[in-house]
Amino acid sequence: MYAAIVFLPLLGSFVAGVFGRVIGHRASELITTALLFTSLAFSCDAFYNVALLGHSQIVQVAPWIMSGNFAVDWTLRVDTLTAVMLVVVTGVSALVHLYSFGYMHDDPGRWRFFSYLSLFTFAMLMLVTSNNFLQMFFGWEGVGLASYLLIGFWYQKPEACAAAIKAFVVNRVGDFGFALGIFGVFYVFGTLDFNTVFAAAPAMAGKTFVFAGQSVDILTTLCLLLFVGAMGKSAQFLLHTWLPDAMEGPTPVSALIHAATMVTAGVFLVCRCSPLYELAPTALDFVTFIGATTAFFAATVGLFQNDIKRVIAYSTCSQLGYMFAAAGVSDYGGAMFHLFTHAFFKALLFLAAGSVIVAMHHEQDMRRMGGLAKRLPFTWATMLIGNLALTGFGIPFLGIGAAGFYSKDGIINAAFLSHAPMAQYAFWMTLIAAGMTSFYSWRQFIMTFHGRYRGLDHHSHAAADEEPDAAHHHHAPKLEEIHETPLTMLIPLGVLAIGALFAGALFDHLFIGGGAAGFWRGAVAVAAGHGTGEVPAWEELAPFVLTVLGFCVVYYYYIMNPELPAKLAAKRWGIYLFLYNKWYFDELYDFLFVRGAMKIGRMLWKTGDGTLIDGLGPDGVAARVLDATRQAVKLQSGYLYHYAFAMLIGVVALATWFMVAGVTP
Amino acid sequence: MSNLPILSIITFLPLVGVLFILITRGKEETVAATARWVAMITTLVDFGLSLYLWSKFDGTTAAFQFVERSEWLGGGIVYHMGVDGISMLFVVLTAGLMPFCIMASWKSVQKRVAEYMIAFLLLETLMIGVFCALDLLLFYVFFEGGLIPMFLIIGVWGGPRRVYASFKFFLYTLLGSVLMLLAVMAMYLQAGTTDITVLLHTHFSVAMQFWLWLAFFASFAVKLPMWPVHTWLPDAHVEAPTAGSVILAGILLKMGGYGFLRFSLPMFASASETFAPLIFALSVVAVIYTSLVALAQEDAKKLIAYSSVAHMGFVTMGIFSLTQQGVDGGVFQMLSHGVVSAALFLCIGVIYDRMHTREIKAYGGLVERMPLYAACFMVFTLANVGLPGTSGFVGEFLSMLGAFQVNTWVAILAATGVILSAAYMLYLYRQVVFGKLVKPSLQAIQDLSLREVAILAPLVIITILMGVYPKPVFDVTSVSVANLIQEHKTALAMSQTPELAALTAEGGVR
Repeated sequence: MYAAIVFLPLLGSFVAGVFGRVIGHRASELITTALLFTSLAFSCDAFYNVALLGHSQIVQVAPWIMSGNFAVDWTLRVDTLTAVMLVVVTGVSALVHLYSFGYMHDDPGRWRFFSYLSLFTFAMLMLVTSNNFLQMFFGWEGVGLASYLLIGFWYQKPEACAAAIKAFVVNRVGDFGFALGIFGVFYVFGTLDFNTVFAAAPAMAGKTFVFAGQSVDILTTLCLLLFVGAMGKSAQFLLHTWLPDAMEGPTPVSALIHAATMVTAGVFLVCRCSPLYELAPTALDFVTFIGATTAFFAATVGLFQNDIKRVIAYSTCSQLGYMFAAAGVSDYGGAMFHLFTHAFFKALLFLAAGSVIVAMHHEQDMRRMGGLAKRLPFTWATMLIGNLALTGFGIPFLGIGAAGFYSKDGIINAAFLSHAPMAQYAFWMTLIAAGMTSFYSWRQFIMTFHGRYRGLDHHSHAAADEEPDAAHHHHAPKLEEIHETPLTMLIPLGVLAIGALFAGALFDHLFIGGGAAGFWRGAVAVAAGHGTGEVPAWEELAPFVLTVLGFCVVYYYYIMNPELPAKLAAKRWGIYLFLYNKWYFDELYDFLFVRGAMKIGRMLWKTGDGTLIDGLGPDGVAARVLDATRQAVKLQSGYLYHYAFAMLIGVVALATWFMVAGVTP
Repeated sequence: MSNLPILSIITFLPLVGVLFILITRGKEETVAATARWVAMITTLVDFGLSLYLWSKFDGTTAAFQFVERSEWLGGGIVYHMGVDGISMLFVVLTAGLMPFCIMASWKSVQKRVAEYMIAFLLLETLMIGVFCALDLLLFYVFFEGGLIPMFLIIGVWGGPRRVYASFKFFLYTLLGSVLMLLAVMAMYLQAGTTDITVLLHTHFSVAMQFWLWLAFFASFAVKLPMWPVHTWLPDAHVEAPTAGSVILAGILLKMGGYGFLRFSLPMFASASETFAPLIFALSVVAVIYTSLVALAQEDAKKLIAYSSVAHMGFVTMGIFSLTQQGVDGGVFQMLSHGVVSAALFLCIGVIYDRMHTREIKAYGGLVERMPLYAACFMVFTLANVGLPGTSGFVGEFLSMLGAFQVNTWVAILAATGVILSAAYMLYLYRQVVFGKLVKPSLQAIQDLSLREVAILAPLVIITILMGVYPKPVFDVTSVSVANLIQEHKTALAMSQTPELAALTAEGGVR
C-alpha cells in the first residue's frame, strides 16, 4: 500500500506524458487526478496507522547502487514524520490537480502539465519516504527537475526559461553542499542508512576529521554541509534568489511546489536529521541565524512588491525562515507544525491569487486591481481566511485562532524560551517579521479586493517608471465582466480554507503540545533543555500587537489615503528602492557569478586553449615543422599517411629489435 | 566454458562484413544500399554475440574468461585474448553503439558509402580488439590501429576544417604512441614476454616504473583526453561526421581510461601512487576549466566535446582514488558516458542533418515543431548533468565518493563541476529547444523520423535503466575491480619492501 502511494503518481505521470498526445487532454487530466486522489486516500490511511496508531514501517523495494561496502537500496520508510509529509504532499497535490482543470483549461499543453505535476509528486514522495541519504538526494534532485520543467512550462516566454534555469542552477549550488555532506556521512559512518547513522552519531560527537585541509568537528561539518542543501531547496538567505523568479510558472505550480511542498524539503531534511543536529550545537546556531535572517529579510522585501504572486513568494520565503528558526532552537515539532499549517494557508493564498489572476485575464499587477471583492466574493472570503491564518490571527490568552496563530506564535515562543546563543536574535527577528507579515498581507488584500478598480486606468506614470517591465500590458477586463472562476477551482479553495482555519487548533496538541512525544515517537529529536515553561504576558501579547499594528498602517495608507503610497513611492527614497529591488541580490549575483563565469570561460577558451596550449603545443610545433619542411621538400600527401608511416616504423623497429634480441636469450 | 573462440569471433566478424562489401559490384546506388545493409546486419549480429558473451560471463571471479591463446610471433609474443569484469562491458558497449552509428549514417552519408561502412567495420574490429587483447603488442596494434579508420572517417567524410583537425590529432597522438612503444619495448626487455597476464605479476623497479608510467600516461592522457592535452578533441568532434563523433566520444576516449586500469594501476603500482596527486590535479582542472569553457561555446558540438573532457576528469579522479567506490564509479562513468555522450552527439546530428549548422544561435523554439526530439534531448541533457535516476549520476557520484575518502579538496573542487554542468547543459537546451520558434529557416523543420526514433528511444531506456537499476553492471565489474585494488595494494607493498620484492620477482619470472 505504501508503494502505491508513491508509485501511483509516477504511473499517472508516465501515462499522461507518454500517451498524452494520443489519449487527449481530458483523459490525461482525469487519469492523473484520479490516481492522485487514490494516493491521497492511502496517505490518510497511512497517517492514521502510522502517526496515530504508531505502526511505523520500512518497505524494501529494490537494490540500487552497490560498490564494495557501499550499498544503497530503494526503500520506503514510513514513520510519523513521513506520514505528516505524505498527507501534506498528496493532499495539496490532489487539490492542485483538480484546480488545474480550471486554471489550465485553455492551454494547449495540458497533458504535459499534468504529467509534470504527477512527476513532481512522485519525486517529492520519494524524498519524504527515503530511508537513506541517497534516495533522499534522488527525490531532492527529482523535485528540482520537476520544478525546472514547470517553471519553464511556458517555454515561449524568455523570462520563464531564465527563471527555470536559475532555479535549477541555484538549487545545484545547494546540492553541492548536500552531496559533500553525503560523502562525508559515508566516509565517517560507512553507511547512508538513516537508522544506522543516527545510532552511531553520539559516538562521533566532539570528534574531528580533516576536511578541506582543516581539522574540524565531524558532526558540525556534516550538518552544515547538509544544511547548505536545505538552504538551496528552501530558498534561504543567500540562496533565495530563485524563488521569486519561479513565479513565472503557472500559479498551481507556485501553490504546490513553491509554497506547500518542495520548498519545505529543506525543513524536512533538518528535522529528519535532527538526531545529528542535536549533537552539533554550532550548526544549529547557524540554522537559527539563517532562518531568522531570512524571516526578516524576505518580509522586508515583500513589503513593497506589486506583483500579487511575488508578495506571496516572499512571504513563503519568510515563513520558511520561521521554520528553520524553530528547528535551530531544537523545536523540530514546531518547525514541522508550521510546515503543516503553512501548506494549507499558503497553498490557499496562491490558489486564491490564481483565481484572481484568471478572473483578471492573467493580470498580476496589483496596481491594476482593486474593488474585486464584490465580483469575486468566494475568492475574497478564502483569501481573507488565508490572510488570517498567515498573520496568525487569534485571541491571546484564550488560545483560539486560525492555523498560524498556533504554529507561528509557537515558534516565536520557542525562540523566546530557548537558551541557545542565537535564540534571542531569532526571537526579535521573527517578532518584527510578524508585524511586517501583517503589513504586506493586508496591503495585498486591500490593493486587490478593496478601494477603486484600477484595471482600466491609464498606466500611471508613477507606476510605470517604478517598474519598467510592468509596461507589457494585458488587456484588463471591465469590472462588470469579471466573474467568479469555475467550480473545479473553487472547491480546492474551500477545502484549503477549512484546513487553514482549523488545522492549527486540531493538531496543536499532537505536534507541539502534550501529545507530541507519543505522536513523533522519536521521528524527530526532542532536546532535553528545549524551551518549556511559561512565557510572560507581554511576550504572548507582542505578536498580536504587532500584527494589529501592521494592519493599522495598511488601513491608514491604503484605505484612508489611497493616493499616498504612490506618491511616496515616486519619491524613490533609498530605503524604498533598496527593499523594492530586493537588496540588489540579483544584480550582485549576476555581476559576480553569471557574467564572471562567462568571462572566465571565454578567457580560458580563447587564451588558455587557443593561445597557450595550442600555440605552444600543436600549432606552434606545426608551424616550426612547416618552416623546416618548407626548406626541404614540399609536402605531397595528407598527414594521415605520416601517421600510418610512423606506426609502421614503430612496428618495424620493434620487430627488428625482437629478432635481434631473440637470438640472444 | 565452451571451446568456441567467441572473442575472436566477435572481434573479427566485422571483417567478414568488409569482405562482403568488397566483393559487391554494380551500380553505385546498389553498392551503397548493399553496404548499408551488410554493415547493419554485421554489427547487429556482433552485438547479439556480445550480449551472449555477457550472458555467459561469470561475475564472481576476477580471472580472465573466454581465454584464447596461441603462438603468434614467437619468443613470448602471443595471440592472447580474454576479458574480465573491467573489459567485458566495453566490448558490449562497442558492439552496442555500432548499429546506432550505421543507422545514423543511413541518410546523411551519401558519398563513398561502401568505403565509409568498411571504415566503420574495420574500426569495430580494432576497438573490440583493444578490450580483448591480453598481449601488450597485440593491444598496441589494436590501440594505435584504430586511429587509422578514425582518421579516414574525419579526413574524408568530415567538415571543412578536417585537415587541421586530423593534423592536430596526429601531432598529439604521435607523441603518445612513440613513448608508449618505447615503454612496451622496455617491458619486453625486462620480462621477456608481452603477455599481459605475466606482466601483471612482473615486478618493475621503482625507478623503471616511474618512466614506464609516464610513457603510458602520455598515450592514455591524450586519448582520454586529460587537460592540457585535450585541445584536439573539440576540433576533431566538430569536423567528424555524426557517427564519427559517436565513436570518438563513446569508445575511443574510453581506451585511455581502460589503459590506466589495465596497465598503469596494477603494473606500475608505486608510480601510480606517486603520480596520483598529479592525476587529481589534472582531473580537477579538467572538470572546472573545461566546464567553464563549455559555458562560453557557440557551437553545440564543441560544447558537448568540452563537457566530455570534464566528464573524463571524473573518470581519472575516480580511478586514481584507488577505492572500490572510486574505481567502480570511474568504470561506470565511462560506460554511462559512452551511452550519453553518444546520444547527445546523435541529437546534435539530428538537427545538423536538417539545418546543416551546429551554431547554437541558429536554433530556438524547436519544441514547437519537434516535441519528440525535445523529450529525448531532455533525457540526455539531464543524464549529462548527472541527475539521480539517470546513468550519469551513478558514475559521477561514486567517483566523487571515492575521491572524498582520499582527499576532500579533490571532491570539493570536482563537485563544483556539478553546478557548472547544469549551467552549460541547460543553457544549451534552452537556446536550442525552448523559446519561440521565430527563425524563418526553422518553420518547416520536421520531428524525428521513425529511423531516428529507433536510434534514440533505446538509448533513452538504457540511460534511465542504468540510473535506476545499475546492478547488472556492478555484478560484472565489482569483483574484478576489488581484485584490481587488491593487486595494486600487494604490488605497492612489494615495492616498498625491496628485499621481498626481489625474492618474488625471482620466483615470478623464472
